Amino acid sequence: MYLNREEISDRGHVDRLTVWMYVIFLILGWLSVYAASYDIENAAGLFDLSDRSTMQLVWIGTSLVLAFALLKIDTGFYETYAFVFYLAGIFLLIVTYLVAPEINGSRSWLVVGPVRLQPAEFMKFIIALALAKVFSLYDFRLMKRKNLLFTFSIILLPAILVVLQSETGTALVYASFLLVLFREGLPGGILFVLVAAIVYFVLGIKFSDTQMGMFSLGEFITLILIILFTAVLVGNYVKRKKVVRVILGAPASVFLTAYLISFFGVKIDWGLVALIALGTVILYLLYLFFMYGKRVYIYMVAFAIGSFVFLESTEYVFNDVLQPHQRIRIEVALGMKQDFRGAGYHVGQSKIAIGSGGFLGKGFLKGTQTKLKYVPEQDTDFIFCTIAEEAGFVGASIVLILYLCFILRLIYLAERQTSTFGRVYGYGVVSVFLFHLIINIGMVIGIMPVIGIPLPFFSYGGSSLWGFTLLLFIFLRLDKSRRNK
Amino acid sequence: MGYNSENPYAKRKHIIALIAVLVMVVYISRLFYLQILSPQYREFADSNAFLRKTLYPARGAIYDRNGNLLVYNQATYDVMMVVREMGEFDTLDFCNTLNIDKSTYLMLEADMKDRRKNPGYSSYTPQLFMSQLTVEQYGLLQEKLYKFPGIYVQNRTRRQYKYPNMGVILGYIAEVDKNALESDPYYVRGDYIGKSGIESSHEKDLRGEKGVEIWLRDARGRLQGRYKDGAEDKAPVSGRDLTLGIDIDLQAYGEYLMQNKIGSIVMIEPKTGEIVCIVSSPSYDPAILTGKDFGRNYLDLERNPYKPLINRAVAGMYPPGSTFKPSQGAVFMKEGIITLETRYSCFHGYPPLGGRPACHGHASPLSIVPALATSCNSFFCYGLSAMLGNREKYADVNEAFDVWKSYLSKMGYGEKLGVDLPSEKKGFIPNSKFYNKVLKRTNWNAHNIISIAIGQGEILATPLQIANFAAIVANRGYYYVPHVVRERKGAPLDTLYTRKHYTGIEHSIFEIIAQGMANAVTGGTCRTANLLPEIEVCGKTGTSQNPHGDDHSLFMGFAPKDNPRVAIAVIVENGRFGASNAVPIGRLMLQKFFNDSIPETDKWLENRIVNTTILPHIYSRELSIVDNDSLQNKK
Repeated sequence: MYLNREEISDRGHVDRLTVWMYVIFLILGWLSVYAASYDIENAAGLFDLSDRSTMQLVWIGTSLVLAFALLKIDTGFYETYAFVFYLAGIFLLIVTYLVAPEINGSRSWLVVGPVRLQPAEFMKFIIALALAKVFSLYDFRLMKRKNLLFTFSIILLPAILVVLQSETGTALVYASFLLVLFREGLPGGILFVLVAAIVYFVLGIKFSDTQMGMFSLGEFITLILIILFTAVLVGNYVKRKKVVRVILGAPASVFLTAYLISFFGVKIDWGLVALIALGTVILYLLYLFFMYGKRVYIYMVAFAIGSFVFLESTEYVFNDVLQPHQRIRIEVALGMKQDFRGAGYHVGQSKIAIGSGGFLGKGFLKGTQTKLKYVPEQDTDFIFCTIAEEAGFVGASIVLILYLCFILRLIYLAERQTSTFGRVYGYGVVSVFLFHLIINIGMVIGIMPVIGIPLPFFSYGGSSLWGFTLLLFIFLRLDKSRRNK
Repeated sequence: MGYNSENPYAKRKHIIALIAVLVMVVYISRLFYLQILSPQYREFADSNAFLRKTLYPARGAIYDRNGNLLVYNQATYDVMMVVREMGEFDTLDFCNTLNIDKSTYLMLEADMKDRRKNPGYSSYTPQLFMSQLTVEQYGLLQEKLYKFPGIYVQNRTRRQYKYPNMGVILGYIAEVDKNALESDPYYVRGDYIGKSGIESSHEKDLRGEKGVEIWLRDARGRLQGRYKDGAEDKAPVSGRDLTLGIDIDLQAYGEYLMQNKIGSIVMIEPKTGEIVCIVSSPSYDPAILTGKDFGRNYLDLERNPYKPLINRAVAGMYPPGSTFKPSQGAVFMKEGIITLETRYSCFHGYPPLGGRPACHGHASPLSIVPALATSCNSFFCYGLSAMLGNREKYADVNEAFDVWKSYLSKMGYGEKLGVDLPSEKKGFIPNSKFYNKVLKRTNWNAHNIISIAIGQGEILATPLQIANFAAIVANRGYYYVPHVVRERKGAPLDTLYTRKHYTGIEHSIFEIIAQGMANAVTGGTCRTANLLPEIEVCGKTGTSQNPHGDDHSLFMGFAPKDNPRVAIAVIVENGRFGASNAVPIGRLMLQKFFNDSIPETDKWLENRIVNTTILPHIYSRELSIVDNDSLQNKK
């Protein structure tokens, strides 16, 4: 059998580049935890297990052992037992929900003696494995209705259980597996609809306090967005510039007319105008459907009407179905209400800490704003503050670029897999890491809502570090033996 | 790449990679903006830092039904410490000022810095060092405050009580423990939280909402003024004032009558479900659980063998004895087992079981009204036997029994009523499964369990449930869930307390029951409770057998018979016959309720009751509350 040079050099080796990046992350991560929890009075207790940085050293050590062990396990093991893992994981989530004590408002910690574990963290690699297994089943086509339903429930079931444990952030991480589905053939349109739904929900709720006529400001903005999104979809699927022009032009003329009428002293209900504008778009699309009989127009109509119904039902669900505390969580996340413990305040502090870092930073252990001073999650969710304050723009950018290299390397590794199982799992890994980065760093620098999920390899905590190590090294193990098939 | 290039979606890797690159570009630009283009953040951090001052709201006050102030607040002061700012610190002078010694100082400091006890510890923010300074200590400290950098004084309030009554009902407040800290983000170390009684069950009303003032400080800790001129500040919202249904005079009188006795008095206004009096004896002065002596006094109360910290009115479970009979009569009539005319015989006991349970001498046979008046045991045993043995109506004894139980559940027996006081107990009404298990067969009959017909055996009820049943008879068939708080300032009562709960038994049936209870007062077992000609009282005595000692003395009733204004239950533990202690107490309480005072003619009775002491000598742990272990004890 002929093998080219590159293939020979790859054979049987762990991807060293990724492992090195992993090690660098661990070192930087530990330094950050050390800096974030460093306190002059408590500096003496370096080897005290109650000290966070020492404890983190223990987690790092065990993670390295775990990583080494994972590389020794045969590849077939993961593929064979993927579903068993999944069932066990679901079982564990249910057990956790039932027995876990309430800690900081969530019931996600399984307490066994002195150890506290968060099963939801480990569910990430388990879902990735389950998805990989499903996709590698014989003759699997994602777009068959049955398969689609099955795939989505694999993601949704644990997500629901985790939401029940009040760990909404982690449930959102599971949603990142949509990226895997996208890579494996989920139509971009569906992804677009999902993104649109999130945008509607966020805008609709966020601006629901200001009333303008029969609709709130949020509904008004969303109505306009629905028109714009419909135009984008039509532009993409119909590819007739004239149609797009009409879809944008008709509502514009409706608004113009209303604006002109308002000069005659008539009080205009702008919400109603937006609704009429949307109505003209829908009527136009229906007209096109009956003229040309193309199904695509009816889908566009369905999108526009569906969007409107979704918008109205979110308002209903939000105001009448959700419990007050759930509502407050969402309101705080959207920045409508200040959490009195001050989620908004924390972000303000975090921005000051980052901003004060300047170009080169204040130097290791010299940060004044961080170190448990104002933000309690200084060494967990908000750890990026410490890096940005002490290492400055240069240091923070280097960390971000390193992460980017890491993600791109993972995409490269995922693409070079010879089996569907390996590739799908690989993209699962990519999705989880990418999502954590986007949300965590976005939150710290103040452009994402405050959702408490850790920064991979940096944030203090055993469960998350183990979880990420498992996720990554199972993939590296699959990658190592990709040609043994 | 051969295999992958066949994959139709392989090109999507570029989109995914593009997303990652774009996000990083946006984030790095944002960092560039924050760190390079925004010098104001640097200034903020270099010269200023925030000091968040918590503004504590006043805890809600509590009033009685006539507007008498019961609970209010008085200012006290906490010493707060910002360790980073302390610098040169004269510990000795500080200790002298606070009147503590060096070892206490070190202990308090260690407590403050221990992250296990104080998870939110930080050397940069004000931390609670010592709480509840007296006004004098505060004065001394205030004078010398300039000498102690990093020391701040935080105003707090302390609970004050106008009356030395209802300790266990009002409850007390204390510093939050670790559990509450972890489960509710509202609390930080040093906050106070209601721990029992109304303080606990209405914590969310009473506590209000903390406010915050954000100040800017320079690098040396000097305050530079308000952050954004106070735009981000939040004023504290005072706690909600509560008005109780309780009449403090009546309550105090009840506690006075119950002195040196163990037990409970519960009085309910049937038309609203408001509790007008709820005595749990022994009671204590709520003021002893405030301030510096809290720890010692609490320990004393906890070690007291008569368990004053248990609210017997809602958490004491007793066999209801004969006070249970009216409920039985109502169920039998509703199910058509007996009618107004049905008569059963009695020969000093229940004939089918050879005169057990025993009864006293009275005319025989009897119908329901005189049976209630004379408290005939035999009648209700016959009734239960007829109901459980009726094979035309019910397929088997299990079905019959569960129908029986469902009525009692609707009367509030065997279930938590939902009173707004913590640690309410359910009492105990067995179901058919329970007996199938205990008797180890399914074809048992009424005779196996006959004592439940007269409120003995496995049946257990709380004084609140018994009073609530009296209210049901008073209302002739429905009740409002009993509640102590009648008004929350600025908010409606929970609809649980404003909704009628129907028992499913007709008005006319309860009219008969009420007649029986009226006759018990005029010519039956509880003649002591007779207040005629002024008020027509309906009542029922109870003497409940207590496997651990002397029988408990019970009284249940309401008055007047028509348009009742109050329902009552009295329990005196080990008070023997119902007529000997519980009924006289019931009479006096009704006198007090209707006339505001005790007429001269009843003074001798008042003296007798007040001077009666019924405290069992050996009062072991198991006896403090009658548990539903009576069945095991009999075996």
